[in-house]
Amino acid sequence: MLVRVAVGKGTELAMNTPAADFSRAPADWTRGDLLDLEGLSAAEIERVLDTAQALYDATGGCRDKLSLLSGVTCANLFFENSTRTRTSFSLAARRLGADTVEFTSSGSSLSKGETFIDTAKNIEAMNVDAVVVRHATPGTPHLLAQNLGCAVINAGDGAHEHPTQGLLDILTIRQHRGRIAGLTVALVGDIAHSRTARSNIWGLKKLGAHVIVCGPSTLVSRRWEQLGVEVTHNLDDILPRCDVLNLLRIQFERQATRPFPSVHEYALLYGMNRQRVARAKDDILITAPGPINRGVEITADVADGPHSVILDQVTNGIAVRMAVLWLLMGVRRRGT
Amino acid sequence: MEADRLIIAHGRVVDPSQGIDRVTNLLVERGRIAALDVPLMDDVPRLDATDRIVAPGLIDMHVELSEPGREEDETIRSGTAAALAGGFTTVACLPNSDPPIDTRASVEFVQHQAARAGNCRVVVMACVSRGREGKQLAEIGSLVAAGAVGFTDADAPIASTELMRRALEYCLMFDRPVMNHPEVPELSRGGIMHEGLVSTVLGLAAMPAEAEDVMTSRDLRLAEATGGRVHLMNISTAGSVDQIRRAKSRGIRVTAEVCPQNLALTDECLRSFDSSYKLNPPLRSREHVDACIAGLVDGTIDVIASGHAPRAGEKKMQELDQAPFGMVSLETALALAIHCLVRPEHLTWLELIDKMSTQPARVLGLDQQGTLRIGVPADITIIDPHHEWVVQPAQFRSQSRNTPLAGMTLTGRAQHVLIDGQVKWQSS
Repeated sequence: MLVRVAVGKGTELAMNTPAADFSRAPADWTRGDLLDLEGLSAAEIERVLDTAQALYDATGGCRDKLSLLSGVTCANLFFENSTRTRTSFSLAARRLGADTVEFTSSGSSLSKGETFIDTAKNIEAMNVDAVVVRHATPGTPHLLAQNLGCAVINAGDGAHEHPTQGLLDILTIRQHRGRIAGLTVALVGDIAHSRTARSNIWGLKKLGAHVIVCGPSTLVSRRWEQLGVEVTHNLDDILPRCDVLNLLRIQFERQATRPFPSVHEYALLYGMNRQRVARAKDDILITAPGPINRGVEITADVADGPHSVILDQVTNGIAVRMAVLWLLMGVRRRGT
Repeated sequence: MEADRLIIAHGRVVDPSQGIDRVTNLLVERGRIAALDVPLMDDVPRLDATDRIVAPGLIDMHVELSEPGREEDETIRSGTAAALAGGFTTVACLPNSDPPIDTRASVEFVQHQAARAGNCRVVVMACVSRGREGKQLAEIGSLVAAGAVGFTDADAPIASTELMRRALEYCLMFDRPVMNHPEVPELSRGGIMHEGLVSTVLGLAAMPAEAEDVMTSRDLRLAEATGGRVHLMNISTAGSVDQIRRAKSRGIRVTAEVCPQNLALTDECLRSFDSSYKLNPPLRSREHVDACIAGLVDGTIDVIASGHAPRAGEKKMQELDQAPFGMVSLETALALAIHCLVRPEHLTWLELIDKMSTQPARVLGLDQQGTLRIGVPADITIIDPHHEWVVQPAQFRSQSRNTPLAGMTLTGRAQHVLIDGQVKWQSS
């Protein structure tokens, strides 16, 4: 274990949320890394969500600073472009009093003639306590976790998983609907290349939602049915049944060849517009992991309309990431 | 005692070339097989083979020796030492060195290095195309004169249909097989693993089975049309097995090979994201594995080869998409084949030895190997079928350690390996 600095106690917290006690990490959380949601139990997912909600409340909606993690250093290790997630992780760390360092690199570490593991070990040797990693290749955070002693958080590994995105999507739904079990949630778009889709599928299913994946047949595999996910290529068919629509961006950058004829045709078949909203349930919730492409998966009026909770998601991202950092650091502190 | 004679005593002699499978004594004289069923003689040295399998020397026709050009992965010396330790008396070296083996001089370089190393026999498979570029035929006639036993661009599929057709036609003159790695590159480009439920869940770029099926189909059709001889290297799909089975029944001159790792492991292994499982062809799903085993059982698949692909540690210690394909397998292939084929009783010992010795000799045109016929050089592998051992890569003779089998307990191991009647390797 490489937690070299005592983690702050944070006794001044939780004044207006008596249920929340941040003086010690919960004993039922035992993980030192967060690599994916596939491997988490429903109880673990709920633990993160509850913690995130408590931190959200304790910080006045992710505005105020706490000193739960003073002395902790978090490194953002981003091998792929990101603005939102990187900023969100940085803010989350700083809201809890941790220091952050930024490491960005375009493409692979190989382009500098260094292996990826060597790069990571160098950063760890600078005595960081947690590494937040984003990489274009699935499994890279897992490779890191096997090779580093510090906490590793997956901030997106290729098309595999993006666990904090999945958690913040689910937290947003829970805030608006009060529950996850029994809801019908459709993930619409480029399922094949979406790490957000995979984290949502695992998280939502574990919490008892009915999950539908919807999109062009070249981007939505029938194989998902083997895991109990409903698969459809027709948005209009499922629309009246959905409680939540999560509109995923088309990941042009991950597609080797064009999987559908044109953006125009995609928008026609899967774009969420006013007409489609009118055919949906009155209280349908529309989420999107962002960045959104207005006019492609969602029209501007819907993105900015009453059903959209896209900006809530962004704020909740900070809450979820604060929760993850705090839980992992609690385990690391116990471990020393 | 006579130094030029040796009796291998009380062993279970398994020689598929003659249909022999019985406990008896084998006499080796002046480096050659001299007689079977001889009585023990006091003046002749004796190698006790009680409870052992006495087989014609194993032949591995799918080996990368990596020299020249990739000596950080393997040298001809280290690779042939690994071959001996794995029970192989002959290996056929793939031409994907750097520069590739596409000239007479490069064939002779490998032969000389193998002679200097003095380990096992090495025969050379040379490039089909100049520079392994898949454009122009290599000088196949000169390469045959230098001793090349077959033609292949190794792990680079012969993508051009025109080149494949021409190669099959041209090699007819020399009665040499064209060996192709059946894969349509544009269907598998960038892929890391088999396309299926596991790749869908992991979000890993995938290589669909049809990338292999379509190329197998093309090669069989071209072999039929030209009358040429095609060998399909390391097949892995149910579609390949099915098509080859039907092609053989129609008399098309095709042989096929599998590697034990593609039978012992499945795509589920990739859930670990461990690059040592990144192989090409990829580890497939259970139904493909079962089809390949069925293909071995009914004779559709002729050969079991190791698919030895050594990679220096730093190459595999990279992100999964950067890490190269392949695993070292010379030292584990026999035991893994026993593990997944003989122990579950898919194959008898006679069938296993056939596919690891007699059939590769036939495909490569080696009429002095793959047999214990009287008069041939005494290349013999003596196998202890019950020896339990743990795979410890640090002890490999191979220079590389890239195997997903580390720590696995396997049963069965080559105990003595003889070439020209001389004990070249003996397990401790």
